[in-house]
Amino acid sequence: MSVTARLDPQSRDSLRLAALLAPTAALFAAFFLLPLARLFVIGGGGDEGWAVYATILTNRNHLDSLVATLLLSAGVTAVTLAVSTVAGLFLVRHHFPGHAILVAMLTFPLAFPGVVIGFMVIMMAGRQGLIGAVTQALTGSKLVFAYSMTGLFLGYVYFSIPRVILTVMAAAEKLDPRLEEAARSLGASPWRVVADVILPALKPALLSAGAIAFATSMGAFGTAFTLATRINVLPMTIYTEFTLQANIATAAALSFLLGLITWAALALARSFAGSSVAAAG
Amino acid sequence: MTTMTLSRRGLSFWAQLVFTLLVCALLMAPVAMSMLAGVTANYFVGIKSGLTLRWVEEVWRLYADTIFLSLRIAFACLGCTLLLGVPAAYALARRQGAVARAVEELLMMPVAVPGLATALALIVTYGGVGDLRRSWLFILIGHVLFTLPFMVRAVLAVMTSIDLKTLEEGAASLGAGFARRFFSVVLPNCRSGILAGSLMVLTLSVGEFNLTWLLHTPMTKTLPVGLADSYASLRIEIGSAYTLVFFIMIVPSLILLQWLARHDRSAP
Repeated sequence: MSVTARLDPQSRDSLRLAALLAPTAALFAAFFLLPLARLFVIGGGGDEGWAVYATILTNRNHLDSLVATLLLSAGVTAVTLAVSTVAGLFLVRHHFPGHAILVAMLTFPLAFPGVVIGFMVIMMAGRQGLIGAVTQALTGSKLVFAYSMTGLFLGYVYFSIPRVILTVMAAAEKLDPRLEEAARSLGASPWRVVADVILPALKPALLSAGAIAFATSMGAFGTAFTLATRINVLPMTIYTEFTLQANIATAAALSFLLGLITWAALALARSFAGSSVAAAG
Repeated sequence: MTTMTLSRRGLSFWAQLVFTLLVCALLMAPVAMSMLAGVTANYFVGIKSGLTLRWVEEVWRLYADTIFLSLRIAFACLGCTLLLGVPAAYALARRQGAVARAVEELLMMPVAVPGLATALALIVTYGGVGDLRRSWLFILIGHVLFTLPFMVRAVLAVMTSIDLKTLEEGAASLGAGFARRFFSVVLPNCRSGILAGSLMVLTLSVGEFNLTWLLHTPMTKTLPVGLADSYASLRIEIGSAYTLVFFIMIVPSLILLQWLARHDRSAP
């Protein structure tokens, strides 16, 4: 205090704010920025040298796994957005007995980690799952798809729905009802009102929620790990390179690239949607 | 909101209601099934084999230490994020310039970058430093990185919505020094954000797997690591009972979070 006391109030204030931010900045630099930089360098330090960063496009296995992960994430995003927009809009526009409980149930899985989501998929579509039991009773043959890309798809949709519903609901509550009334009084059909008034107004929220769903599907690991280690998605490829093949340089390079993709997806959505992109676990 | 409610409940209303109920059923069916499986004597035979707490006891015998470690890490993580995040949020709220926004953006990065990448980065950088790799503190570092953005965001949201400047100037004109203002004016006015952030941090830390799977060692297994373990190698009843224990652990904080969100919305 004795040093700062001699400064004018304004610079003393600035100094104080900097001091309040300093511990976080130090932790962040030491345990996030530095390790990421190290990861980048180690990625380039393997047998293949810096060319390793290009192998994601030239190595057949890596490329396959990248394309599969991108397609999976895009599909999950599209389905989740469609499902959650219908349900979210409905819940904001209609109130009925049991409404609060329905919202609570739809958002309960928000805090499930990937492993638990994987287990939920096994409960539904696994060897002793619900879908298997129902199909066996109906057709005589058991439908089991939990331990595959389809199971992973189901899991990521399951994971993303609560998050996207919450974002859609928060945005829909802020819509100006007068716009909708004006459109209706001008003779617009309910579908036109949805397509021309409501969806455009929800666009920022849908963009940000979609980006989160996409990024989490790209980078998530727990669900795939629970379902089957041979599902060919990028996080599993990285994990296999790191643990089974002890190929640390490749694992480092691939995970650096994966981080770049998910970060870019979120940053892009944020620049389109303003600062409303909510973080997700 | 009531102005937007259509009084006419036509076919479209019922179609949407059925759709929403189906989505809800999709989400809740496996939860209900796994809860039931956790207390069923033999899941393969079904509920007629009887209800039992045997599997929950088994989970406790096998995995009690993972539950305690997860709680220890979660509360240590909460302490760290409070000490680091609240002052950082205050600094960011007071400065609205481009630099502050850039810092904020940077601080959110551990959420955008997959846990797998962050964990690998931590291992290649600090894996060989002393006994850190074998200590639970290694996991704590990962959890603090991952949860800090949620704390900063929650507190920052409240700080930017209240008129921090006027409140502080009022207190300053009455002669309150900075520490006094911070603890008796700023913090009490942000308690809803601090509470929401704290609940988020606890819930996320207890459930964190992406980072933890790579950071853990046989001596430092957390609850989600134990879950993955039980899903892979033990009978479905034990995995279910363990999941049931996890649900029971996170439900209180989820209910509080929902209550907080409703409370905030109804407040002016």
